[in-house]
Amino acid sequence: METYEILQSYWWFLISVLGAALVFLLFVQGGQTMLLGARSDLQRTMMVNSLGRKWELSFTTLVVFGGAFFASFPLFYSTSFGGAYWLWMLILLGFVLQAVSYEFRKKKGNVYGTRTFDIFLCINGILGCMLLGVAVGTFFFGAEFTVQKGNLLNTAAPAISTWSPTHGLEAIFHWRNLLLGIAVLFLARMQAALYFINTIDDGANYRQQRKAVLVNGGVFVLLFVVFLVILLTADGHQADILDGREVITIVPFKYFHNFIEMWWALAALLIGVAAVIYAYAKTVLCDNYKCGIWYSGIGTALVVMSLFWVAGYNGTAYYPSLLDPASSLTISNSSSSPFTLTVMSWVTVIIPFVVAYIAYAWYSLNKKPITPDEMSGDDHKY
Amino acid sequence: MNDLTSLVDWSRAQFALTAMYHWLFVPLTLGLSVIVAIMESIYFKTRDPRWLATTKFWMTIFGINFAMGVATGIILEFEFGTNWSNYSWFVGDIFGAPLAIEGLLAFFMEATFIAVMFFGWKKVSPRFHLASTWLTAVGASLSALWILVANSWMQYPVGMEFNPHEMRNVMDDFWALVLSPVAINKFFHSVLSGWTLAGVFVIGVSAWLLLKKRNVAMAVRSIKVAGWIGLAGIVATLGTGDGSAKVVSEVQPMKLAAMEGLYKGSCGQSIVAAGILNPDKQIGDDQDPYLIDISIPYGLSVLAEGDPDAFIPGVEDLLNGISLTPQGDTIRGISYAERIERGKAAHEALRRFDIAKAAGDESAMLLAHADLKKDFDYFGYGYFDSVEEAVPDIPMTFYAFHIMVILGGYFLLFYIVVLLLAYKKRGFLEGNKWWQLLAMISIPLVWICSEAGWVVAEVGRQPWVIEGLMPARAAISSIPTSSVITTFTLFAIIFTGLLVAEINIMLKYISRKSKENID
Repeated sequence: METYEILQSYWWFLISVLGAALVFLLFVQGGQTMLLGARSDLQRTMMVNSLGRKWELSFTTLVVFGGAFFASFPLFYSTSFGGAYWLWMLILLGFVLQAVSYEFRKKKGNVYGTRTFDIFLCINGILGCMLLGVAVGTFFFGAEFTVQKGNLLNTAAPAISTWSPTHGLEAIFHWRNLLLGIAVLFLARMQAALYFINTIDDGANYRQQRKAVLVNGGVFVLLFVVFLVILLTADGHQADILDGREVITIVPFKYFHNFIEMWWALAALLIGVAAVIYAYAKTVLCDNYKCGIWYSGIGTALVVMSLFWVAGYNGTAYYPSLLDPASSLTISNSSSSPFTLTVMSWVTVIIPFVVAYIAYAWYSLNKKPITPDEMSGDDHKY
Repeated sequence: MNDLTSLVDWSRAQFALTAMYHWLFVPLTLGLSVIVAIMESIYFKTRDPRWLATTKFWMTIFGINFAMGVATGIILEFEFGTNWSNYSWFVGDIFGAPLAIEGLLAFFMEATFIAVMFFGWKKVSPRFHLASTWLTAVGASLSALWILVANSWMQYPVGMEFNPHEMRNVMDDFWALVLSPVAINKFFHSVLSGWTLAGVFVIGVSAWLLLKKRNVAMAVRSIKVAGWIGLAGIVATLGTGDGSAKVVSEVQPMKLAAMEGLYKGSCGQSIVAAGILNPDKQIGDDQDPYLIDISIPYGLSVLAEGDPDAFIPGVEDLLNGISLTPQGDTIRGISYAERIERGKAAHEALRRFDIAKAAGDESAMLLAHADLKKDFDYFGYGYFDSVEEAVPDIPMTFYAFHIMVILGGYFLLFYIVVLLLAYKKRGFLEGNKWWQLLAMISIPLVWICSEAGWVVAEVGRQPWVIEGLMPARAAISSIPTSSVITTFTLFAIIFTGLLVAEINIMLKYISRKSKENID
């Protein structure tokens, strides 16, 4: 493997790690969808404050995910964001609402009332989970675009990528993308319930969240199994080099073959699924078990990474074009230059340090669970 | 108006809206984070609960403001893709890197430690808490560093080469980006202007407390800390502003000409300290550009070149490619008409390269590549049909520049007076309602000054998104104008609605806390 290919693979791996972290942290969004169903204002306040200590982390991970994609695979950034305009704009609008809602919801003089900001959080929770799931769905099931770099010289219409006139709405209403989006929503809700169990010290809350794990986890498992069956039987776009040129063909059962040919991706998927099911089952079956979030979180991360790997490795086009297969994006035809990837790779040596301080800060804030008494104190709270 | 022009204008309007809203909150974050960190440091050293209360008072305001900065910031990053997709490909190899580094080095630091800062008072040690407050401030400035490196590169593209195979520019010198004179000046100018803005905000709010005679001791404490931070900020801002002018003169002479409303330059060029532009003035006519002007002889030559006899070109000189020697002899350089011609030749060479590549004709590729290299410096000009397209909005740039400079001078004076009062005339500080009202009125003025700075930077460089390389019209996404109008309207409504809530929350909070005995 040449150095450039190694760099491209390394950066796709980092994208998969960031994607995995983002999906894990979507428990914040999942939790936001559960706020309106809280049994009391006190319970809602505890839930908000539990999530509120992590919302900036999930928000930041989304921003870094976007930034890393831009730096490492700029043709994706150019094609997807400029094309699936409404898909991305709706995601962003949801996150705009989230960013202010925690801080503003209980503040006096917030003009629109606490309930409005709680509804904003709910909107972000639903849109964030579902539409990010839809966006990832297009990595497998494709999108309606073409790329012609020569358009750059057309002074009247210089855009190099063009999309179907619906600009992302068609992706949102594609049933296979939507299936993954809804699965992500229920996964996030299950993980939120596991997180509440872990971080809130209150008996009534524990009982309610355990039921939430049972219901949301059950729906998620069902949807994910359907998604997995569809994925494993789906066609994929395969990129091969013929006479020095990249040729893209459609291959039946491409993702199934990828799992078979990349045993480590299959192992990550299986271990990840087992960890999520373990967390789900033990929380539902064992009284006072509160650590499910960690098994579920690690499992989710492994599953998401395995999905990114089968989407982009093994010569697979990770962004298939439904209009023109030759326009499909692969990690080799959409990446940054070797120089930029090398510079960026040097920067990534800081990642262990970043992970270490995030872990330490997380531990420091979460070592004492939130209690009802704490919510009536004078400290900063949402 | 044709479809492309309309789409470009609306996309620019959306980006401007988002950027200007974002910049309402960012400078306060940059400055207030440092002020809060200093206050907490004093508390850590003295263990005086009054400093703790003062710290928490300003920290809460910081949090309210920070949320809005985050909300408006996320849109900006993604708009490069959603609305400027050609840009994202054409220079994404260079521009994306600082954005990713910003996320990795700065955003995670801010996001992690701000949570400790707000929720960690009883959960972590005082030392760790103080470190978290400082790291939040450092994270905010680091974030500014990388996005300003990216912005500076758009103003002064360096450290790259064009790859005709992929029809994009690729980075070949990372340090040239980071250490470019534009980036260094812009970083210090922008971040330290944030200190200036936050200082005025803290002093203005404290002046209201003094006016109401509530928590007087806290107000004076706050004025002293904010006064020193603000003074350091404004001195450095003025210094780096001078540096910026010199760099702009060198790398963006058209912007400098627009800043001064200068159509025909001269050796020993005067600078307009204040003035009103002639609205009927057109490029090429003989009308005086100013209705009224107060000028300082040799000022612009000194400001831009450090030489009172230096020639400073005006808009028309630049378009005609004319400059003068100190002896008054005319030197003919390359005019904008020639630049457009050579830009179109570069486009044609790239077309030939592409055709030759598709045909596998390597000798034709080499030939086309050589022609492309010859004219590539003018590639961006190939998108223009007339030289007038390369001229920015002169009135907007002129007035924004002069508002910024006049208010900048006012704030230098403001800080000197405030510190003198705080240390030498405390009775006047606490009792004189006129200076207190002046301090309160200064709050909106400092925001106008700050926003005007960005108007100069961004309107003055039009029509380029990347100076000399890519005009806005070539950077655009292929989306319906109606979609951009819709999202523009949505953002305008949402941001305005949230701004109203934010200001109201701040006012209520300040009013409520002022009635408690924080002293």
